[in-house]
Amino acid sequence: MATQSSTDSEVVAEFGFEHYAIGFVDALRRTGLIVPIGRTLTYLAAIETLGVASGEQIYWAGRATLLDRPEDTPVYDAVYSYWWLHDARALRSSAVEIETVTVAIDDEDADDDDDAGHADDGVDDDGEIQEVRFSAAEVLSSKDFAECSDAEMTEVYELMARLRLAGPFREARRPQRTNRRARPDIRRTVQLALRSEGEPIRRAFVKHGERPRRVVFLLDVSGSMETYSRVLVRFIHAAVVGRQRVEAFALGTRLTRLTRELSSRDPDAALTRAAEAVEDWSGGTRLGDGLRMFNDEWGQRGMARGAVVVILSDGWDRGEPELMDEQMGRLHRVAHSVVWVNPLKASPGYAPLAAGMAAAMPHIDTFIEGHSVDSLANLAKVVVDV
Amino acid sequence: MTANVEELIAQLGAHDYLADEGLATAIYLALELERPLLLEGEAGVGKTEVAKVLSRWTGGELIRLQCYEGIDVHQAVYEWDYTRQLLHLRTAEATGAAVAGGAEDLENELYSERFLVRRPLLEAISPRANGLRPVLLIDEVDRADDEFEAFLLEVLSEYAITVPELGRFVAEKPPIVIITSNRTRDVHDALKRRALYHWVEHPTFDRELEILRMKAPGVPEKLAKQVAAATAEIRDLGLYKPPGVAETIDWATALHLIGAEGMTVNAADSTLGTLLKYREDQMRVRGTSLEEIVAKATSLIG
Repeated sequence: MATQSSTDSEVVAEFGFEHYAIGFVDALRRTGLIVPIGRTLTYLAAIETLGVASGEQIYWAGRATLLDRPEDTPVYDAVYSYWWLHDARALRSSAVEIETVTVAIDDEDADDDDDAGHADDGVDDDGEIQEVRFSAAEVLSSKDFAECSDAEMTEVYELMARLRLAGPFREARRPQRTNRRARPDIRRTVQLALRSEGEPIRRAFVKHGERPRRVVFLLDVSGSMETYSRVLVRFIHAAVVGRQRVEAFALGTRLTRLTRELSSRDPDAALTRAAEAVEDWSGGTRLGDGLRMFNDEWGQRGMARGAVVVILSDGWDRGEPELMDEQMGRLHRVAHSVVWVNPLKASPGYAPLAAGMAAAMPHIDTFIEGHSVDSLANLAKVVVDV
Repeated sequence: MTANVEELIAQLGAHDYLADEGLATAIYLALELERPLLLEGEAGVGKTEVAKVLSRWTGGELIRLQCYEGIDVHQAVYEWDYTRQLLHLRTAEATGAAVAGGAEDLENELYSERFLVRRPLLEAISPRANGLRPVLLIDEVDRADDEFEAFLLEVLSEYAITVPELGRFVAEKPPIVIITSNRTRDVHDALKRRALYHWVEHPTFDRELEILRMKAPGVPEKLAKQVAAATAEIRDLGLYKPPGVAETIDWATALHLIGAEGMTVNAADSTLGTLLKYREDQMRVRGTSLEEIVAKATSLIG
């Protein structure tokens, strides 16, 4: 970690420290990090408060004001080293790329924050959600993705964009008003009574509320799943933008959270971002490890608790089946239900014999296929009904 | 409040909290810029403790809002004391005051501060008896639902709350706000944008040793070192729930209580329950590596 700062004194002398700091924010943005303008201002205020002299504190000031999640720390570290310590090696050794590396001294209106608006700038143009269309669509919707031509795939994507997850719901702690004589609502009853000189003429009731249950997608992006994962990620995208409380992860040799990347309404933009985020697309398979990472980092802490967890994978795992067994068990114990979508299930004569798949079977509530639009429509139904 | 970060570290240390430079810088900036500070990190790394030590140090009152699902305005901001209102109404009726005073007066009386129950958020922006900025701890904000966050945002951006019947309450001095989250879901961007952010890590060996010296002063130096070394080792095993600082302190205390001068496999084994709270984790450590860990810790610190 960077401890000492050797600022480019000439630049600082000529343009002021502020410009140098804004240049740093600009460099961060070029790596794709989203830094809203408000954060930049806070950062400048922070540096002013600390004074220029303290190298390590400048580092931490940036982390406290410009970042808001630990995942961005490696990028920040690399750009920090590059910008403040002139260590270009830091950039090469990490996976970060900066398009332009000139010392860009921005003038006042250079901070016009091109990406401050967040991914979901609310282009609400889904229109009506239609039933799957007629004719060609009819045939396509049951065709295996692996057998579709490029043109057909375009059509398939269209069909998939129309799929929506509505449920499932679970009881919520926040109550809702009702006219039925359920649980009395003392607060409101007294409120009403006050209007009628303290006489409780009208009584109010509440019933328990409902909230959408969290749905967590774990998509296998290993090589053996390639044909399917590129299609399935579209389905997940539709789910993420179409409903609250949906989380998405890619499982390969490592675990990548995709929820943010997929939350852009434009599918192409979302998928590009997702593809950039997943460094091991079409790499090896270590499902058990991936599940362990998910359980450790997210699941156990609460993301999987009471959720419907949907794993989309063919079950090919190069790891040990024991690990798979253990991790699926953990997941199953905290989740409301576990759905496994296996594109291979549709092949005639398929039996879940792959070691990983066999180890996972006892911990699965619903085992379904996922090779075609129809089967995904079915998945949407299954998730809602569990 | 302090001139610089170093002084803040010293002040927190004097009040039994050892902050590293990263956390201290974040706290310092939050105090100076009067912004809320959002702390995320594993359970047991001392997020909540930050608010407590700030309260101890500044003398500002600690006001805690524990979040949970379904928490709403009535539990977080204010509530009218309905039963007392009703009682008041009945009394007025019985004594004839209702007729004499006129309906409007009576109503104004019912919605006066006398019948207002202040919940933590309103409490935090109300003037304090000691005149100091209170410390508002919004604990585990990820447990509350997103609707509540939107509301929180309103309060935190202006430090003002409007009670329709009474008017607007504005804080004379904004409270020191510490928000913690275990990250079971992402806190809303808008809220993050308002706040400064720090991810709290598990402590390093040296820091943990210092914490042990401070929080478990009875434990002999040698044992404390071994506990810190062994815990660091155990955290690297990839357990379901890596032990937090509180667990380390418990473990050291437990080992000391059963009379261990230094760590032995037997002593470690019989007290492991204070460190690891999952059966799988205990089995993992016992089954494969406990002897190794103890051997390593004792050889390292002879």
